[in-house]
Amino acid sequence: MMWIDNILRTYLGDTWALIAEFVLIAIALLTVYAVLALILIYAERKICGFFQCRIGPNRVGKWGILQSVADMVKILLKELIHINRADHFLFRLASFVIIAASICTFAALPFADGAHIIDFNIGIFYLLAVSSLGVVGILMAGWSSNSKYTMIGAMRSGAQLISYEISAGLSLLTIVILSGTMQISEIVAQQSEMWFIFKGHIPACLAFLTYLIAGHAETNRGPFDLPEAESELTAGYHTEYSGIQFGFFYLAEYLNMFIIAGIASTMFLGGWMPFHIPGWDSFNGIMDYIPSAVWFFGKTFFCVFLALWVRWSFPRLRIDQLLNLEWKILMPICLINLILMTLIVVL
Amino acid sequence: MGTTANLIAFYTLGTLIIVSSVLAVTSKRMLRAATYLLLVLLGTAGLYLLLNYHFLMGVQLSVYAGGILILFIFAILLTSAKGDKFEPRDKQKVIYGIVAALAGVAVTLFVTLKYKFLFPDNPTIAGDQEINMKVIGQALVGTEKYQYLLPFEILGILLLACAIGGILIARKR
Repeated sequence: MMWIDNILRTYLGDTWALIAEFVLIAIALLTVYAVLALILIYAERKICGFFQCRIGPNRVGKWGILQSVADMVKILLKELIHINRADHFLFRLASFVIIAASICTFAALPFADGAHIIDFNIGIFYLLAVSSLGVVGILMAGWSSNSKYTMIGAMRSGAQLISYEISAGLSLLTIVILSGTMQISEIVAQQSEMWFIFKGHIPACLAFLTYLIAGHAETNRGPFDLPEAESELTAGYHTEYSGIQFGFFYLAEYLNMFIIAGIASTMFLGGWMPFHIPGWDSFNGIMDYIPSAVWFFGKTFFCVFLALWVRWSFPRLRIDQLLNLEWKILMPICLINLILMTLIVVL
Repeated sequence: MGTTANLIAFYTLGTLIIVSSVLAVTSKRMLRAATYLLLVLLGTAGLYLLLNYHFLMGVQLSVYAGGILILFIFAILLTSAKGDKFEPRDKQKVIYGIVAALAGVAVTLFVTLKYKFLFPDNPTIAGDQEINMKVIGQALVGTEKYQYLLPFEILGILLLACAIGGILIARKR
Protein backbone atom coordinates (compact mmCIF):
# COMPACT_ATOMS: atom_id res chain seq x y z
CA MET A 1 0.00 0.00 0.00
CA MET A 2 2.96 2.30 0.65
CA TRP A 3 3.89 2.55 -3.03
CA ILE A 4 0.44 3.92 -3.92
CA ASP A 5 0.89 6.47 -1.17
CA ASN A 6 4.32 7.46 -2.51
CA ILE A 7 3.15 7.80 -6.11
CA LEU A 8 0.19 9.95 -5.07
CA ARG A 9 2.35 12.16 -2.88
CA THR A 10 4.91 12.82 -5.61
CA TYR A 11 2.28 13.79 -8.17
CA LEU A 12 -0.35 15.54 -6.10
CA GLY A 13 1.26 16.98 -2.97
CA ASP A 14 0.29 16.03 0.57
CA THR A 15 -3.21 17.48 0.87
CA TRP A 16 -4.53 16.24 -2.45
CA ALA A 17 -2.84 12.87 -2.02
CA LEU A 18 -4.65 12.51 1.28
CA ILE A 19 -8.00 13.40 -0.26
CA ALA A 20 -7.36 11.06 -3.18
CA GLU A 21 -6.56 8.25 -0.75
CA PHE A 22 -9.78 8.90 1.16
CA VAL A 23 -11.74 8.62 -2.07
CA LEU A 24 -9.91 5.46 -3.16
CA ILE A 25 -10.48 3.77 0.18
CA ALA A 26 -14.13 4.78 0.16
CA ILE A 27 -14.60 3.31 -3.32
CA ALA A 28 -12.87 0.08 -2.32
CA LEU A 29 -15.00 -0.14 0.81
CA LEU A 30 -18.25 0.43 -1.07
CA THR A 31 -17.29 -2.20 -3.63
CA VAL A 32 -16.55 -4.78 -0.96
CA TYR A 33 -19.82 -3.82 0.74
CA ALA A 34 -21.89 -4.33 -2.41
CA VAL A 35 -20.15 -7.56 -3.46
CA LEU A 36 -20.54 -9.03 0.03
CA ALA A 37 -24.24 -8.17 -0.08
CA LEU A 38 -24.62 -10.14 -3.33
CA ILE A 39 -22.78 -13.13 -1.86
CA LEU A 40 -24.82 -13.00 1.36
CA ILE A 41 -28.14 -12.82 -0.48
CA TYR A 42 -27.18 -15.81 -2.62
CA ALA A 43 -26.00 -17.74 0.45
CA GLU A 44 -29.16 -16.93 2.33
CA ARG A 45 -31.43 -18.12 -0.48
CA LYS A 46 -29.44 -21.29 -1.08
CA ILE A 47 -29.19 -22.22 2.61
CA CYS A 48 -32.83 -21.36 3.20
CA GLY A 49 -33.65 -23.66 0.30
CA PHE A 50 -31.72 -26.54 1.83
CA PHE A 51 -33.38 -26.04 5.19
CA GLN A 52 -36.79 -26.25 3.55
CA CYS A 53 -35.83 -29.21 1.32
CA ARG A 54 -35.86 -27.09 -1.85
CA ILE A 55 -33.09 -26.47 -4.37
CA GLY A 56 -33.06 -22.69 -4.16
CA PRO A 57 -32.07 -20.46 -7.10
CA ASN A 58 -30.68 -22.62 -9.93
CA ARG A 59 -31.58 -20.94 -13.25
CA VAL A 60 -29.19 -18.01 -13.71
CA GLY A 61 -25.68 -19.31 -14.20
CA LYS A 62 -24.28 -22.57 -12.81
CA TRP A 63 -26.06 -23.43 -9.50
CA GLY A 64 -27.82 -20.06 -9.81
CA ILE A 65 -24.68 -18.17 -8.84
CA LEU A 66 -25.59 -15.14 -10.95
CA GLN A 67 -29.12 -14.92 -9.52
CA SER A 68 -28.36 -12.09 -7.10
CA VAL A 69 -26.48 -10.16 -9.82
CA ALA A 70 -29.59 -10.37 -11.98
CA ASP A 71 -31.69 -9.24 -9.01
CA MET A 72 -29.35 -6.29 -8.50
CA VAL A 73 -29.74 -5.17 -12.13
CA LYS A 74 -33.50 -5.50 -11.80
CA ILE A 75 -33.67 -3.44 -8.61
CA LEU A 76 -31.52 -0.70 -10.15
CA LEU A 77 -33.94 -0.38 -13.08
CA LYS A 78 -37.10 -0.19 -10.99
CA GLU A 79 -39.20 2.93 -10.66
CA LEU A 80 -39.09 4.97 -7.44
CA ILE A 81 -42.74 5.35 -6.51
CA HIS A 82 -43.82 8.77 -5.32
CA ILE A 83 -45.76 8.59 -2.03
CA ASN A 84 -48.67 10.97 -1.59
CA ARG A 85 -48.60 13.22 1.47
CA ALA A 86 -45.36 11.76 2.80
CA ASP A 87 -42.54 13.85 4.21
CA HIS A 88 -40.30 13.44 1.17
CA PHE A 89 -37.16 14.94 2.64
CA LEU A 90 -37.14 12.57 5.60
CA PHE A 91 -38.38 9.71 3.44
CA ARG A 92 -35.31 9.96 1.21
CA LEU A 93 -32.90 10.78 4.03
CA ALA A 94 -33.89 7.69 6.07
CA SER A 95 -32.40 5.13 3.68
CA PHE A 96 -29.13 7.07 3.58
CA VAL A 97 -28.92 7.31 7.38
CA ILE A 98 -29.33 3.56 7.68
CA ILE A 99 -26.77 2.70 5.05
CA ALA A 100 -24.29 5.32 6.34
CA ALA A 101 -24.44 3.92 9.87
CA SER A 102 -23.95 0.44 8.48
CA ILE A 103 -20.93 1.42 6.35
CA CYS A 104 -19.29 3.32 9.24
CA THR A 105 -19.46 0.15 11.32
CA PHE A 106 -18.33 -2.00 8.42
CA ALA A 107 -15.20 0.13 7.98
CA ALA A 108 -13.97 -0.70 11.48
CA LEU A 109 -13.73 -4.46 10.87
CA PRO A 110 -10.23 -5.97 10.57
CA PHE A 111 -10.55 -7.84 7.27
CA ALA A 112 -7.04 -9.23 7.19
CA ASP A 113 -3.55 -8.68 8.51
CA GLY A 114 -3.02 -5.00 7.71
CA ALA A 115 -6.36 -4.48 5.94
CA HIS A 116 -7.95 -2.46 8.70
CA ILE A 117 -9.36 0.95 7.87
CA ILE A 118 -10.58 2.56 11.10
CA ASP A 119 -8.49 1.55 14.11
CA PHE A 120 -9.19 4.01 16.91
CA ASN A 121 -7.98 3.70 20.46
CA ILE A 122 -11.66 3.39 21.43
CA GLY A 123 -12.41 0.76 18.72
CA ILE A 124 -15.24 -1.18 20.37
CA PHE A 125 -16.87 1.95 21.75
CA TYR A 126 -16.79 3.44 18.24
CA LEU A 127 -18.50 0.34 16.86
CA LEU A 128 -21.28 0.51 19.46
CA ALA A 129 -21.75 4.27 19.04
CA VAL A 130 -21.95 4.26 15.25
CA SER A 131 -24.17 1.21 14.98
CA SER A 132 -26.71 2.86 17.31
CA LEU A 133 -27.33 5.54 14.66
CA GLY A 134 -29.19 3.11 12.42
CA VAL A 135 -32.24 3.30 14.72
CA VAL A 136 -32.72 6.95 13.82
CA GLY A 137 -33.02 5.98 10.16
CA ILE A 138 -35.57 3.26 10.94
CA LEU A 139 -37.73 5.59 13.05
CA MET A 140 -37.50 8.27 10.35
CA ALA A 141 -38.49 5.83 7.61
CA GLY A 142 -41.45 4.59 9.61
CA TRP A 143 -42.76 8.05 10.41
CA SER A 144 -42.23 9.74 7.08
CA SER A 145 -43.94 7.04 4.99
CA ASN A 146 -47.35 8.15 6.25
CA SER A 147 -48.71 4.66 6.86
CA LYS A 148 -49.69 2.83 10.00
CA TYR A 149 -47.86 -0.37 9.09
CA THR A 150 -44.56 1.41 8.75
CA MET A 151 -45.21 3.39 11.91
CA ILE A 152 -45.89 0.29 14.05
CA GLY A 153 -42.94 -1.47 12.45
CA ALA A 154 -40.65 1.43 13.26
CA MET A 155 -41.80 1.65 16.88
CA ARG A 156 -41.28 -2.08 17.40
CA SER A 157 -37.92 -1.94 15.74
CA GLY A 158 -36.81 1.03 17.84
CA ALA A 159 -37.82 -0.67 21.10
CA GLN A 160 -36.10 -3.88 20.04
CA LEU A 161 -32.84 -2.28 18.93
CA ILE A 162 -32.51 -0.06 21.99
CA SER A 163 -33.11 -3.01 24.34
CA TYR A 164 -30.80 -5.49 22.66
CA GLU A 165 -28.01 -2.96 22.31
CA ILE A 166 -27.52 -3.25 26.07
CA SER A 167 -26.86 -6.98 25.99
CA ALA A 168 -24.65 -6.71 22.93
CA GLY A 169 -22.63 -3.94 24.57
CA LEU A 170 -22.29 -5.81 27.87
CA SER A 171 -21.10 -9.00 26.22
CA LEU A 172 -18.48 -7.09 24.23
CA LEU A 173 -17.44 -5.35 27.45
CA THR A 174 -16.71 -8.77 28.96
CA ILE A 175 -14.03 -9.28 26.34
CA VAL A 176 -12.74 -5.73 26.80
CA ILE A 177 -12.19 -6.55 30.48
CA LEU A 178 -10.35 -9.73 29.55
CA SER A 179 -8.07 -8.01 27.03
CA GLY A 180 -7.69 -4.70 28.88
CA THR A 181 -7.96 -2.66 25.71
CA MET A 182 -10.63 -1.38 23.33
CA GLN A 183 -8.43 -1.07 20.27
CA ILE A 184 -9.47 -3.71 17.76
CA SER A 185 -6.00 -4.37 16.32
CA GLU A 186 -4.69 -4.85 19.86
CA ILE A 187 -7.52 -7.24 20.69
CA VAL A 188 -6.74 -9.32 17.62
CA ALA A 189 -3.01 -9.28 18.42
CA GLN A 190 -3.67 -10.56 21.92
CA GLN A 191 -5.37 -13.63 20.51
CA SER A 192 -2.22 -14.82 18.75
CA GLU A 193 -1.64 -17.44 21.47
CA MET A 194 -5.20 -18.57 21.85
CA TRP A 195 -8.58 -17.18 20.82
CA PHE A 196 -10.50 -15.42 23.56
CA ILE A 197 -13.31 -17.95 23.52
CA PHE A 198 -10.80 -20.57 24.76
CA LYS A 199 -8.73 -18.19 26.85
CA GLY A 200 -11.67 -16.65 28.73
CA HIS A 201 -13.07 -19.84 30.32
CA ILE A 202 -16.85 -20.00 30.81
CA PRO A 203 -17.58 -16.23 30.81
CA ALA A 204 -16.17 -15.86 27.30
CA CYS A 205 -18.33 -18.71 25.98
CA LEU A 206 -21.39 -17.23 27.69
CA ALA A 207 -20.60 -13.80 26.29
CA PHE A 208 -20.22 -15.31 22.82
CA LEU A 209 -23.67 -16.88 23.08
CA THR A 210 -25.36 -13.75 24.46
CA TYR A 211 -23.66 -11.61 21.83
CA LEU A 212 -24.87 -13.89 19.04
CA ILE A 213 -28.44 -13.73 20.37
CA ALA A 214 -28.44 -9.98 21.00
CA GLY A 215 -26.66 -9.25 17.73
CA HIS A 216 -29.09 -11.40 15.84
CA ALA A 217 -31.96 -9.47 17.41
CA GLU A 218 -30.29 -6.21 16.43
CA THR A 219 -30.34 -7.16 12.77
CA ASN A 220 -34.15 -7.50 12.86
CA ARG A 221 -34.11 -10.98 11.42
CA GLY A 222 -36.20 -13.98 12.35
CA PRO A 223 -37.07 -15.19 14.99
CA PHE A 224 -36.79 -11.54 16.02
CA ASP A 225 -38.23 -10.07 12.81
CA LEU A 226 -41.26 -8.47 14.45
CA PRO A 227 -40.58 -5.06 12.89
CA GLU A 228 -41.28 -6.54 9.49
CA ALA A 229 -43.63 -9.37 10.42
CA GLU A 230 -45.12 -10.03 6.97
CA SER A 231 -48.41 -11.43 8.15
CA GLU A 232 -49.21 -8.42 10.33
CA LEU A 233 -47.32 -5.44 8.93
CA THR A 234 -46.72 -6.32 5.24
CA ALA A 235 -43.04 -5.38 5.46
CA GLY A 236 -42.71 -3.13 8.51
CA TYR A 237 -40.86 0.13 8.34
CA HIS A 238 -39.81 -0.16 4.69
CA THR A 239 -43.25 -1.08 3.29
CA GLU A 240 -43.56 2.08 1.22
CA TYR A 241 -40.08 2.05 -0.27
CA SER A 242 -39.46 0.94 -3.82
CA GLY A 243 -36.58 0.43 -6.23
CA ILE A 244 -33.10 1.21 -5.03
CA GLN A 245 -34.38 2.99 -1.90
CA PHE A 246 -35.75 -0.35 -0.76
CA GLY A 247 -32.49 -1.84 -2.00
CA PHE A 248 -30.62 0.27 0.53
CA PHE A 249 -32.63 -1.19 3.41
CA TYR A 250 -32.15 -4.67 2.01
CA LEU A 251 -28.41 -4.15 1.63
CA ALA A 252 -28.05 -2.71 5.12
CA GLU A 253 -29.98 -5.64 6.62
CA TYR A 254 -27.70 -8.24 5.05
CA LEU A 255 -24.52 -6.31 5.77
CA ASN A 256 -25.58 -5.76 9.37
CA MET A 257 -25.79 -9.52 9.69
CA PHE A 258 -22.26 -9.74 8.28
CA ILE A 259 -21.03 -6.98 10.60
CA ILE A 260 -22.44 -8.69 13.71
CA ALA A 261 -20.82 -11.95 12.61
CA GLY A 262 -17.58 -10.09 11.88
CA ILE A 263 -17.51 -8.47 15.31
CA ALA A 264 -18.27 -11.81 16.95
CA SER A 265 -15.43 -13.50 15.09
CA THR A 266 -13.05 -10.61 15.86
CA MET A 267 -13.82 -10.47 19.57
CA PHE A 268 -14.21 -14.15 20.35
CA LEU A 269 -12.72 -16.21 17.51
CA GLY A 270 -9.56 -14.23 16.90
CA GLY A 271 -10.44 -12.14 13.83
CA TRP A 272 -7.85 -12.77 11.14
CA MET A 273 -5.59 -14.54 13.67
CA PRO A 274 -4.92 -18.18 12.66
CA PHE A 275 -5.81 -21.01 15.01
CA HIS A 276 -2.85 -21.45 17.37
CA ILE A 277 -2.26 -23.89 20.20
CA PRO A 278 0.51 -22.85 22.61
CA GLY A 279 3.44 -25.27 22.44
CA TRP A 280 2.54 -26.87 19.12
CA ASP A 281 5.02 -24.86 17.08
CA SER A 282 4.95 -26.85 13.83
CA PHE A 283 1.15 -26.96 13.87
CA ASN A 284 1.06 -23.17 14.39
CA GLY A 285 3.53 -22.75 11.52
CA ILE A 286 1.27 -24.70 9.17
CA MET A 287 -1.72 -22.64 10.26
CA ASP A 288 0.17 -19.43 9.46
CA TYR A 289 0.39 -20.49 5.79
CA ILE A 290 -3.35 -19.97 5.39
CA PRO A 291 -3.84 -16.27 4.45
CA SER A 292 -5.33 -14.06 7.16
CA ALA A 293 -8.22 -12.91 4.96
CA VAL A 294 -9.30 -16.54 4.56
CA TRP A 295 -9.35 -16.93 8.34
CA PHE A 296 -11.43 -13.79 8.86
CA PHE A 297 -13.97 -14.52 6.15
CA GLY A 298 -14.11 -18.19 7.08
CA LYS A 299 -14.95 -17.46 10.71
CA THR A 300 -17.36 -14.68 9.78
CA PHE A 301 -19.24 -16.85 7.33
CA PHE A 302 -19.39 -19.56 9.98
CA CYS A 303 -21.14 -17.04 12.28
CA VAL A 304 -23.38 -15.95 9.39
CA PHE A 305 -24.32 -19.60 8.89
CA LEU A 306 -25.25 -19.83 12.59
CA ALA A 307 -27.51 -16.79 12.14
CA LEU A 308 -29.19 -18.34 9.08
CA TRP A 309 -29.60 -21.64 10.89
CA VAL A 310 -31.42 -19.88 13.73
CA ARG A 311 -33.49 -17.82 11.35
CA TRP A 312 -34.90 -20.76 9.43
CA SER A 313 -35.40 -23.00 12.48
CA PHE A 314 -37.32 -20.99 15.06
CA PRO A 315 -40.81 -19.47 14.95
CA ARG A 316 -41.26 -15.74 15.47
CA LEU A 317 -41.54 -14.35 19.03
CA ARG A 318 -44.31 -12.07 20.28
CA ILE A 319 -43.34 -8.51 21.20
CA ASP A 320 -43.78 -9.08 24.96
CA GLN A 321 -41.79 -12.32 24.80
CA LEU A 322 -39.10 -10.47 22.90
CA LEU A 323 -38.77 -7.70 25.46
CA ASN A 324 -39.01 -10.15 28.39
CA LEU A 325 -36.20 -12.21 26.90
CA GLU A 326 -33.96 -9.16 26.84
CA TRP A 327 -34.78 -7.40 30.10
CA LYS A 328 -35.49 -10.38 32.37
CA ILE A 329 -33.15 -13.06 31.03
CA LEU A 330 -30.40 -11.85 28.74
CA MET A 331 -29.41 -8.66 30.53
CA PRO A 332 -29.11 -10.20 34.04
CA ILE A 333 -27.04 -13.03 32.56
CA CYS A 334 -24.77 -10.49 30.88
CA LEU A 335 -24.33 -8.48 34.09
CA ILE A 336 -23.47 -11.56 36.17
CA ASN A 337 -21.17 -12.72 33.39
CA LEU A 338 -19.40 -9.36 33.50
CA ILE A 339 -18.76 -9.74 37.24
CA LEU A 340 -17.53 -13.32 36.72
CA MET A 341 -15.10 -12.17 34.07
CA THR A 342 -13.82 -9.37 36.30
CA LEU A 343 -13.23 -11.90 39.09
CA ILE A 344 -11.33 -14.21 36.74
CA VAL A 345 -9.14 -11.36 35.49
CA VAL A 346 -8.44 -10.03 38.99
CA LEU A 347 -7.74 -13.37 40.68
CA MET B 1 -3.33 15.47 8.51
CA GLY B 2 -2.35 18.38 6.29
CA THR B 3 -3.22 21.88 7.44
CA THR B 4 -5.27 22.74 4.36
CA ALA B 5 -7.28 19.54 4.55
CA ASN B 6 -7.87 20.25 8.24
CA LEU B 7 -9.16 23.71 7.51
CA ILE B 8 -11.41 22.50 4.71
CA ALA B 9 -12.89 19.84 7.00
CA PHE B 10 -13.32 22.40 9.79
CA TYR B 11 -15.18 24.92 7.62
CA THR B 12 -17.37 22.23 6.07
CA LEU B 13 -18.38 20.96 9.50
CA GLY B 14 -18.88 24.51 10.76
CA THR B 15 -21.20 25.37 7.88
CA LEU B 16 -23.12 22.13 8.41
CA ILE B 17 -23.54 22.89 12.11
CA ILE B 18 -24.62 26.50 11.63
CA VAL B 19 -27.03 25.82 8.78
CA SER B 20 -28.70 22.87 10.44
CA SER B 21 -28.97 24.55 13.85
CA VAL B 22 -30.76 27.50 12.23
CA LEU B 23 -33.00 25.08 10.36
CA ALA B 24 -33.69 23.12 13.56
CA VAL B 25 -35.15 26.26 15.13
CA THR B 26 -37.03 27.56 12.11
CA SER B 27 -38.48 24.29 10.82
CA LYS B 28 -42.25 24.05 11.11
CA ARG B 29 -42.46 20.27 11.46
CA MET B 30 -41.35 18.62 14.68
CA LEU B 31 -39.64 15.54 13.32
CA ARG B 32 -37.73 17.60 10.78
CA ALA B 33 -36.50 19.84 13.59
CA ALA B 34 -35.29 16.70 15.39
CA THR B 35 -33.53 15.55 12.23
CA TYR B 36 -31.71 18.88 11.87
CA LEU B 37 -30.73 18.58 15.51
CA LEU B 38 -29.27 15.17 14.66
CA LEU B 39 -27.16 16.81 11.95
CA VAL B 40 -25.91 19.40 14.46
CA LEU B 41 -24.91 16.65 16.89
CA LEU B 42 -23.20 14.65 14.15
CA GLY B 43 -21.32 17.77 13.05
CA THR B 44 -20.12 18.34 16.60
CA ALA B 45 -18.95 14.73 16.75
CA GLY B 46 -17.09 15.43 13.52
CA LEU B 47 -15.32 18.38 15.17
CA TYR B 48 -14.16 16.13 18.02
CA LEU B 49 -12.94 13.64 15.42
CA LEU B 50 -11.00 16.45 13.74
CA LEU B 51 -9.33 17.17 17.09
CA ASN B 52 -8.47 13.45 17.36
CA TYR B 53 -10.46 13.33 20.60
CA HIS B 54 -12.05 10.01 19.70
CA PHE B 55 -13.43 9.25 23.12
CA LEU B 56 -15.52 12.41 23.18
CA MET B 57 -16.68 11.67 19.65
CA GLY B 58 -17.87 8.24 20.74
CA VAL B 59 -19.66 9.72 23.73
CA GLN B 60 -21.26 12.40 21.59
CA LEU B 61 -22.50 9.80 19.11
CA SER B 62 -23.77 7.23 21.57
CA VAL B 63 -25.21 9.56 24.22
CA TYR B 64 -26.61 12.42 22.16
CA ALA B 65 -27.19 11.09 18.67
CA GLY B 66 -27.89 7.48 19.61
CA GLY B 67 -29.61 8.02 22.96
CA ILE B 68 -31.17 11.38 23.67
CA LEU B 69 -32.23 12.07 20.10
CA ILE B 70 -33.92 8.68 19.83
CA LEU B 71 -35.81 9.48 23.04
CA PHE B 72 -36.87 12.79 21.43
CA ILE B 73 -38.07 11.02 18.31
CA PHE B 74 -39.92 8.40 20.35
CA ALA B 75 -41.64 11.13 22.34
CA ILE B 76 -42.62 12.94 19.15
CA LEU B 77 -43.93 9.76 17.53
CA LEU B 78 -45.97 8.83 20.61
CA THR B 79 -47.48 12.24 21.32
CA SER B 80 -48.00 14.07 18.05
CA ALA B 81 -50.34 13.20 15.22
CA LYS B 82 -49.33 13.27 11.59
CA GLY B 83 -49.37 16.80 10.19
CA ASP B 84 -49.04 18.49 13.58
CA LYS B 85 -47.26 21.77 13.13
CA PHE B 86 -45.88 24.34 15.51
CA GLU B 87 -48.17 27.24 16.34
CA PRO B 88 -47.29 30.46 14.56
CA ARG B 89 -44.77 32.31 16.68
CA ASP B 90 -45.83 35.50 18.39
CA LYS B 91 -43.67 38.50 17.65
CA GLN B 92 -42.58 39.32 21.17
CA LYS B 93 -41.12 35.84 21.67
CA VAL B 94 -39.17 36.09 18.42
CA ILE B 95 -37.64 39.39 19.57
CA TYR B 96 -36.72 37.95 22.98
CA GLY B 97 -35.23 34.95 21.26
CA ILE B 98 -33.06 37.08 18.99
CA VAL B 99 -31.88 39.19 21.94
CA ALA B 100 -30.98 36.05 23.91
CA ALA B 101 -29.12 34.62 20.91
CA LEU B 102 -27.16 37.85 20.43
CA ALA B 103 -26.26 37.94 24.12
CA GLY B 104 -25.03 34.35 23.80
CA VAL B 105 -22.91 35.25 20.77
CA ALA B 106 -21.48 38.27 22.65
CA VAL B 107 -20.47 36.20 25.68
CA THR B 108 -18.93 33.45 23.53
CA LEU B 109 -17.02 35.93 21.38
CA PHE B 110 -15.76 37.80 24.44
CA VAL B 111 -14.48 34.60 26.04
CA THR B 112 -12.95 33.26 22.82
CA LEU B 113 -11.12 36.50 22.07
CA LYS B 114 -10.01 37.08 25.64
CA TYR B 115 -8.71 33.59 26.38
CA LYS B 116 -5.09 32.81 25.64
CA PHE B 117 -5.08 29.68 23.53
CA LEU B 118 -2.08 27.39 23.37
CA PHE B 119 -1.87 27.43 19.59
CA PRO B 120 -3.57 30.65 18.46
CA ASP B 121 -2.26 30.43 14.89
CA ASN B 122 -3.36 26.91 14.11
CA PRO B 123 -5.93 25.51 16.52
CA THR B 124 -5.99 22.09 14.88
CA ILE B 125 -2.33 21.36 15.66
CA ALA B 126 -3.08 20.33 19.25
CA GLY B 127 -5.00 17.30 18.05
CA ASP B 128 -2.23 15.72 16.06
CA GLN B 129 -1.84 12.79 18.41
CA GLU B 130 -4.62 10.57 19.59
CA ILE B 131 -5.70 10.89 23.22
CA ASN B 132 -5.39 7.54 24.89
CA MET B 133 -8.44 5.96 26.47
CA LYS B 134 -6.34 4.81 29.44
CA VAL B 135 -5.35 8.38 30.33
CA ILE B 136 -8.98 9.49 30.34
CA GLY B 137 -10.03 6.53 32.45
CA GLN B 138 -7.32 7.09 35.04
CA ALA B 139 -8.05 10.82 35.18
CA LEU B 140 -11.70 10.04 35.90
CA VAL B 141 -11.11 7.76 38.88
CA GLY B 142 -7.85 9.11 40.31
CA THR B 143 -7.53 11.19 43.47
CA GLU B 144 -4.51 13.36 42.62
CA LYS B 145 -4.40 16.81 41.12
CA TYR B 146 -6.22 17.06 37.76
CA GLN B 147 -8.01 13.82 38.53
CA TYR B 148 -11.71 13.73 39.07
CA LEU B 149 -12.88 10.96 41.37
CA LEU B 150 -15.12 13.13 43.57
CA PRO B 151 -17.05 14.89 40.74
CA PHE B 152 -17.39 11.51 39.03
CA GLU B 153 -18.93 9.94 42.14
CA ILE B 154 -21.22 12.90 42.78
CA LEU B 155 -22.48 12.75 39.19
CA GLY B 156 -23.03 9.05 39.61
CA ILE B 157 -25.20 9.63 42.70
CA LEU B 158 -27.09 12.39 40.88
CA LEU B 159 -27.79 10.05 37.97
CA LEU B 160 -28.96 7.31 40.34
CA ALA B 161 -31.32 9.76 42.06
CA CYS B 162 -32.68 10.84 38.67
CA ALA B 163 -33.22 7.22 37.61
CA ILE B 164 -35.11 6.43 40.85
CA GLY B 165 -37.15 9.60 40.46
CA GLY B 166 -38.01 8.65 36.89
CA ILE B 167 -39.17 5.19 37.96
CA LEU B 168 -41.27 6.72 40.77
CA ILE B 169 -43.00 9.10 38.37
CA ALA B 170 -43.58 6.48 35.70
CA ARG B 171 -44.81 3.79 38.13
CA LYS B 172 -48.47 2.87 37.93
CA ARG B 173 -50.44 3.47 41.14
